[in-house]
Amino acid sequence: MARNAAAPVSPAGAPEPILALDAITKTFPGVKALSEVRLGLYPGQVTALIGENGAGKSTVVKILTGIYQPDGGAIRVNGQAVTFATAQDAADAGVTAIHQETVLFDELSVAENIFLGHAPRNRFGLIDWSTMERKAREILRGVGAEIEPSHKLRDLGIANKHLVAIARALSIDASVVIMDEPTAALSHKEIQELYELVDKLKAQGKAILFISHKFDEIFRIADRFTVFRDGQFVGDGHISDVTESDLVKMMVGRDVSQIFPTRNSQIGEEILQVAGYDHPTEFADIGFTLRRGEILGFYGLVGAGRSELMQALFGITTPPKGVTKIDGTVRVIRSPADAIHNGVVYVPEDRGKQGAITALPIFQNVTLPSLSKTSHRGFLRLAEEFKLAREYTRRLDLRAASLDTELGTLSGGNQQKVVIAKWLATQPKVIILDEPTKGIDIGSKAAVHEFMAELAAQGLAVIMVSSEIPEILGMSDRVIVMREGRIAAELAGDDLSPETLVRHAAGI
Amino acid sequence: MLKRLLASREVILLGAIGVLLALIATRFPGFVTPANLAGVFNDTSPLILLAVGQMIVILTKCIDLSVAANLALTGMVVSMINVAAPGLPIVVILLVAVGLGTALGMINGLLVWKLAIPPIVVTLGTMTIFRGMIFLLSDGKWVNSHEMSDAFKAFPRAQVLGLPMLSWIAIAAVILFTLVMTRTTLGRAFYAVGGNPHAATYTGLNVGKTQFWAFAISGALAGLTGYLWVSRYAVSYVDIAGGFELDVVAACVIGGISIAGGIGTVGGALLGALFLGVIKNALPVVNISPFWQLAISGSAIIIAVAFNARANREKGRIILKSAEHTA
Repeated sequence: MARNAAAPVSPAGAPEPILALDAITKTFPGVKALSEVRLGLYPGQVTALIGENGAGKSTVVKILTGIYQPDGGAIRVNGQAVTFATAQDAADAGVTAIHQETVLFDELSVAENIFLGHAPRNRFGLIDWSTMERKAREILRGVGAEIEPSHKLRDLGIANKHLVAIARALSIDASVVIMDEPTAALSHKEIQELYELVDKLKAQGKAILFISHKFDEIFRIADRFTVFRDGQFVGDGHISDVTESDLVKMMVGRDVSQIFPTRNSQIGEEILQVAGYDHPTEFADIGFTLRRGEILGFYGLVGAGRSELMQALFGITTPPKGVTKIDGTVRVIRSPADAIHNGVVYVPEDRGKQGAITALPIFQNVTLPSLSKTSHRGFLRLAEEFKLAREYTRRLDLRAASLDTELGTLSGGNQQKVVIAKWLATQPKVIILDEPTKGIDIGSKAAVHEFMAELAAQGLAVIMVSSEIPEILGMSDRVIVMREGRIAAELAGDDLSPETLVRHAAGI
Repeated sequence: MLKRLLASREVILLGAIGVLLALIATRFPGFVTPANLAGVFNDTSPLILLAVGQMIVILTKCIDLSVAANLALTGMVVSMINVAAPGLPIVVILLVAVGLGTALGMINGLLVWKLAIPPIVVTLGTMTIFRGMIFLLSDGKWVNSHEMSDAFKAFPRAQVLGLPMLSWIAIAAVILFTLVMTRTTLGRAFYAVGGNPHAATYTGLNVGKTQFWAFAISGALAGLTGYLWVSRYAVSYVDIAGGFELDVVAACVIGGISIAGGIGTVGGALLGALFLGVIKNALPVVNISPFWQLAISGSAIIIAVAFNARANREKGRIILKSAEHTA
């Protein structure tokens, strides 16, 4: 990750922050979410707010936008202490936020989305549509977006929705713009466009708070940084004065280079062969093999067709043209049930939404994909279900009062364990993990990586779809890079480097 | 374990029914005699049968508004068969009723499964279509008591071990479907599909097909109830059980079945139906006007939903490590 050479020089003398948090404390029942934190946002500068999950970043955003009120400390706008009792107060003070998933209205027009709540009125007090559309067009042009203001938001792509959100931020003449993981859903090209836009906003003298997990972005775009850890302020300064590892050290409070487990699995015979996979709109010419004990990484930009390919392989979507061989025998996989039956399981990206059934007890969650084994002619055998569930929850070291408790009563981490136990209980041959560490903190990531290595060591064949280069490099025996629905490269050994991955993924 | 049992929705509802009966007993002791309670149960049996089917449908995140129309259509068909062939044994009538009801339920299920039309729209449509079909079949004429054979009318009233057949059928359905829901893979699939359809898909369940079977069961029970209804009341016409589908949904909601799917038991549906049954039967006895009956049933629904919403409210996410063990 290259440091941006063109980091702006800080203006002569220390400028005053437009917006500052001073010793802000926020307590939730029994929990101190923020403890005397400070943060300053300066005109024409981008401040990156950095911290692990649970460091208190989102609480700060909610305090800055008037959704939460702090229990102690002061919010200062241009040096004056203010209170943001409501979201409207914060908006009136010129603070606006662009969220990870934009908070916009699909069924309204672009112009209405931009001006919702402060639409221009005519002399009868009714919305002045022509002025609104004209102004919307001006603002959109200002952010370099070719969007027709009268179109429904629903018809726009995710990147254009972001532009509308930004246009909305500009329409209320915001002086402070908060961007909460704005690149999470964007493609490489769209991210570049976002960077340009941020540069434009900077040039207009706006103060920007940029929240991101990605260091390359932070070093590309930020002028300053502030680091939180466990709800406490750890440090701040100019980004040009620090390195990536300095920031990581501050975030986790210890010296961690991302360490990946040593892999010592025996790579065995071929277990999965995919040939000639074709899909009318999503991917083409896909062929690869997978061996026992191997971790095969799938790298690519968002939208390269990796998840679509895996879902087709697992029988979730329409089966593709092509041949799937498992253990040398051709298998037809038309549904997830076929895939599971043939020893292929898929752990989706959103494990909360797509994995856990919170109203069912733990043991029923674990046995759900294995019911054919724990039942006889459609009748359940509860004793066998408990046995299976006990065996696999124990292997994952799950601590729960009883396997009969509802899954929803467990903490997120424990629910995660149950979801993984569920898949292992099917005794799969091939396990597909889609973004296995997306959005989890560094500590939990290491645990997931170790577990993955262990599965491979036990002879399981693992497919890992990941967008994180360190993870791909650290975990995979072999990597397939996809670009625009096709396999761009298959890399292993010395060919594997961040540069080659990015080059093939971007088609440079 | 005991604490959990005492806090369960079913036990609370049972307690509420007990309190209700005690209150009625202070005004009218005769109401709580075993004979009268058995009468109330028998009266509520059709509601119980339909509520059990509806419960399964609601469990899978669907709703079946066509149950009462299915009941009426099946009831009319079996009445007309009885008129045309009075000698046909009751077993055949029962098979026709269950078979036709199932087929009608399967139409709902297929539309939901294959065409992915929202269940409320599908069953609103079929509800109207079924009623229309009764009119076409009967030309709007009634099938009256004197046209039905004695055997046809006697079946639901036949006394077995002190209870009428109608009551026994309701009891049998409750037992059968308790077993289906707790002891079979199909029952487990209903819970999984309603609890989290995405997760169910990834575990190899076919969500649409599971919903199809829920509609088939609901239809089968509606068809069975159709025969029992027309034979018990000894009359069949276009509008029988008009609006009854709302009572059925109400019984489910009162019985703690989550409209969002995935939560509910056969026992809950039974108790919800009994609660409504007790109110309907008791209020006239203690001289409360029928308008108040509606208001009280309505209030019971809202209280039950509010209560369940409270119980199911998400506790929020535990984010801080330090809070993990205290929560």
